Amino acid sequence: MNLVLEVSGLTKTYKDITAVNNISFSVKSNEIVGLLGPNGAGKTTTINMILGVLEPTEGTVHIENNNIAKKRSEALSRTNFTAVYAQVPGNLTVSQNLYIFGLIYGVANLQTRIGQLLQEFELERFKDVKCGALSSGEQTRVSLAKAMLNKPHLLLLDEPTASLDPSTAQVIREKIKDYAAKGTGGVLWTSHNMHEVENVCNRILFLSHGKILLEGNPKTLPQEYGKKDLEELFIAVAREPLTFELT
Amino acid sequence: MKAIRIYAIFLRQFYLIRDNVTRFFQIFIWITVDIALWGFLSKYLSGATESTLSFIPLFLGAVLLWDFLIQVMQGISMSFFEDAWSHNFLNIFASPLRISEYVTGLALSGIARSILALVVMLTLATIIFGFSVFTYGVSLIFFLSILFLFGIALGIFGISIVLRLGPSAEWFVWPIPAVLSPFVGVFYPLSTLPQWMQFVGHILPPSYVFSGIRGIVNGEALSIQTLIFGIVLSLVYIAVAYGIFVLAYRRVVRTGLIIRYSAENLS
Repeated sequence: MNLVLEVSGLTKTYKDITAVNNISFSVKSNEIVGLLGPNGAGKTTTINMILGVLEPTEGTVHIENNNIAKKRSEALSRTNFTAVYAQVPGNLTVSQNLYIFGLIYGVANLQTRIGQLLQEFELERFKDVKCGALSSGEQTRVSLAKAMLNKPHLLLLDEPTASLDPSTAQVIREKIKDYAAKGTGGVLWTSHNMHEVENVCNRILFLSHGKILLEGNPKTLPQEYGKKDLEELFIAVAREPLTFELT
Repeated sequence: MKAIRIYAIFLRQFYLIRDNVTRFFQIFIWITVDIALWGFLSKYLSGATESTLSFIPLFLGAVLLWDFLIQVMQGISMSFFEDAWSHNFLNIFASPLRISEYVTGLALSGIARSILALVVMLTLATIIFGFSVFTYGVSLIFFLSILFLFGIALGIFGISIVLRLGPSAEWFVWPIPAVLSPFVGVFYPLSTLPQWMQFVGHILPPSYVFSGIRGIVNGEALSIQTLIFGIVLSLVYIAVAYGIFVLAYRRVVRTGLIIRYSAENLS
């Protein structure tokens, strides 16, 4: 498996606050890596640095060997993302938004690709509806469709199922699992839903106070630390990070 | 630069204006009011004074060209504000789009919008007030070029302010043309101004347009070299404004402000 993302010594400091502290990790193709941690742990800061919208204080981000600081456009043409705080503009219709982002990402056979995504994310009946008029769950599906437009080699998902009902969330999870398994892409996924993480992720990274404290298989990691499940491990890491830092 | 990405930015603005009556008519409302107001004033002055001056090309023509510059500038800034208002910065700046492609796309949107406005202004001024664009002869090409280019520079400078200070700083951008208008002598020669204002006027390219208009109306020969200087000066302003935009972009990426603009409500 090829490395699609390589993060090395990544640090972000704001005056006297260190949001991300010298973290290194990688994501391979066909792999879904979960980035977990309590609020303020540095997950979104890390994702923003990977996306090139936040300059690291130190460290590098390579997307398929393209350094984001030097070859931003090349690196980001192989990447895409969705986040609850970055919905597509509400003043354009679903198909207009997908068309514009398809042009920006240089998608070949764009109309066909849009047709596939509208079908895949059950958005056909909304294609001429302005995104702002959709429910939050429908908007999330549009954002996911936008994130899949260019069949990204690196897909960044910041709480992608946060506003979806359980049934839709389950469908989306399966789609992304299928995408990672069959395609050439790797996925970096943040979520606070531990059952979801256990279900979809091949590997997880626990982040607390800007540092990676734990890394491993979400199915076996809780037992390795004497915890019942991932949720119990999460709570322990969030409340007593120093204990894990020392191990 | 990839043309397809520039087209994407342009197309987004096209969709927004085409599909929204308010946005569409907003382009024409103020220019129509301006043409009517200054057209009637010029007509009145022509009848009320014994001056041999031709007020229609002098005042109405000047207003028409000044409004044209404002339209170019606002076309760029409005396109950028659409991204700010719809919290679209993250989608835009975390995409493969290059800064040069984004700014060029915004400039193209401004140019398209201003051409539309110019056609409407010329039509109204010609039909209602008998204004003839041919009064200016070949110089008109130079006048429009200077105003086009300087409008682009002002537009890029304006969006740099908003990028650096946040969406709420848009209120610094709207008055920029009004602040500049006394210095460029839209309605009077620069010699009317105090010395320091004249100096400022001489480094602003539109001054050469409006002094050119007065020259034509007074039957004076126009210096092509001066107009070419105005064009070159405008190009310098574009380069400087683009440099300021790039610096503002680097700053907001370093500080994380660009993410906050996307995530938080306008403050």
